[in-house]
Amino acid sequence: MRAFLIACLGAMIVAPALAEEKPIELKKAPDVEKFAASCGSCHSLDYIEMNSPFLNAAQWDAEVNKMIRVFGAPIDEADAKAIADYLKKNYGS
Amino acid sequence: MITRRSFLEAARSTATFVGGSLLLPRGTEAAANQSGLKLSPLLPEGTRAEAVLDSLPGKKPLIKLTYRPPNYETPLEYFRTAITPNEAFFVRYHLPNIPEVDAKTWKLVVGGEGANSQAELTLDDLQGMPAEEIVAVNQCSGNRRGLFRPHVPGVQWGYGAMGCARWKGVRLKDLLEKVGVKKEAVEIVFDGADKPLLDKTPDFIKSIPIWKGLEETTLIAYEMNGQPLPHYNGFPARIIVPGWTATYWVKHLTSIKIVTSSERGFWMSPAYRIPLGLFPLAARFSSQDTPANTPITEILVNSLITSHTDGASVKAGATTSIAGIAWDGGYGLRAVEFSTDDGKTWLTATMGVDLGRFAFRTFSFPFSGNSKGKQTVMARATNRIGQTQTTEPIHNPAGYHHNVIHSITLNVV
Repeated sequence: MRAFLIACLGAMIVAPALAEEKPIELKKAPDVEKFAASCGSCHSLDYIEMNSPFLNAAQWDAEVNKMIRVFGAPIDEADAKAIADYLKKNYGS
Repeated sequence: MITRRSFLEAARSTATFVGGSLLLPRGTEAAANQSGLKLSPLLPEGTRAEAVLDSLPGKKPLIKLTYRPPNYETPLEYFRTAITPNEAFFVRYHLPNIPEVDAKTWKLVVGGEGANSQAELTLDDLQGMPAEEIVAVNQCSGNRRGLFRPHVPGVQWGYGAMGCARWKGVRLKDLLEKVGVKKEAVEIVFDGADKPLLDKTPDFIKSIPIWKGLEETTLIAYEMNGQPLPHYNGFPARIIVPGWTATYWVKHLTSIKIVTSSERGFWMSPAYRIPLGLFPLAARFSSQDTPANTPITEILVNSLITSHTDGASVKAGATTSIAGIAWDGGYGLRAVEFSTDDGKTWLTATMGVDLGRFAFRTFSFPFSGNSKGKQTVMARATNRIGQTQTTEPIHNPAGYHHNVIHSITLNVV
């Protein structure tokens, strides 16, 4: 456990997932848990940093909407807003 | 195999977090970009930070862009030969539920409303049919997407979402003739064993026009470079559409349907579209056209310098051989040219062995670094119908068809 904690440092938090999947560092900010639980159940969270920091607020809104409307993510309106806000503030341009 | 339930449970358990306050300062973090990777500075900053070398089961360390679904690109050094090794071949999935297919129980169903009859084949049945072999490039539509400016959302591929293999399998045409194609048939629809986690997520279903399905070169492949297909490249069988981008090369194939109206699923429309009129289009997929766009089809002519990485050092006063690969959508290459004066003058490179019109073809040219310092080297391929590479990216909403002339800077020392 100690080794794990040492690996998960500072201002970041870590979301480990499946066996082969290494922990993904996430920026710690309000609603990070909501974001990680909602988005991380279908895809690894490295998708976010990979697509950063170039997406603007409207583009992050569009990505969250696409996940709900096209891919059927079961996320209600309030959570969608919280997730989009987290992405815009921490991974936006 | 990961079931949906175990998967969701695993995912749920990830919602527990470690707080930041009690932990050590950031300086000792194992930063992602310390994995020895040299990624193009054109890629997004976040991509360069998160990408790592990582091995999937049965694969060499590849450039991991995303873990789940797995999206891994091939490092440059594997493109020094015309054939890309199976264990270094890139991996691209849209859906996270990827079953390990059992070859003994696997079945391929062929039918649809545009077929006169149905057939069900085992792997033994398929391997008992007359076999065909072809060397062909499998290139992701979004290869090099990460190099577009402004950046386009999606998997931020660098240069390695492609590979070239010798594929062995059965002609799709032979299977289609087995069931009989009705005259009103318009498309052939493919589905594979990889599935979404949520019922509402569109399954990855792709179609090609009948004319393409009847071409001698379109195969159902069960071998890649003399071996069974690796799991992550579509075991036990996948569709091979030489000349067309990898989106049509459906992996873990389970179903082939001949249909009489165009497939309208998400992965055909609006996904994988290019605006009409923006790119040269010889092969048309007209049953899928809209007034605004059309499916991406052929791979555009392209080349890549692979003997040296950007920033590599070469000796002054000596002649160095610079080499790479070139390819196109199957028209065949007319020439590869190189320039050492920022594109002012171009000379013809020497072409390597020809493995067929759909294959990577190696090329090389001599470089003499007479004066010390930085020197730019460029390569440009032209195909037999006169298409060549662009000097600037042609920006498009999904970031497809990047075939900008590859340029590297050498340090003459």
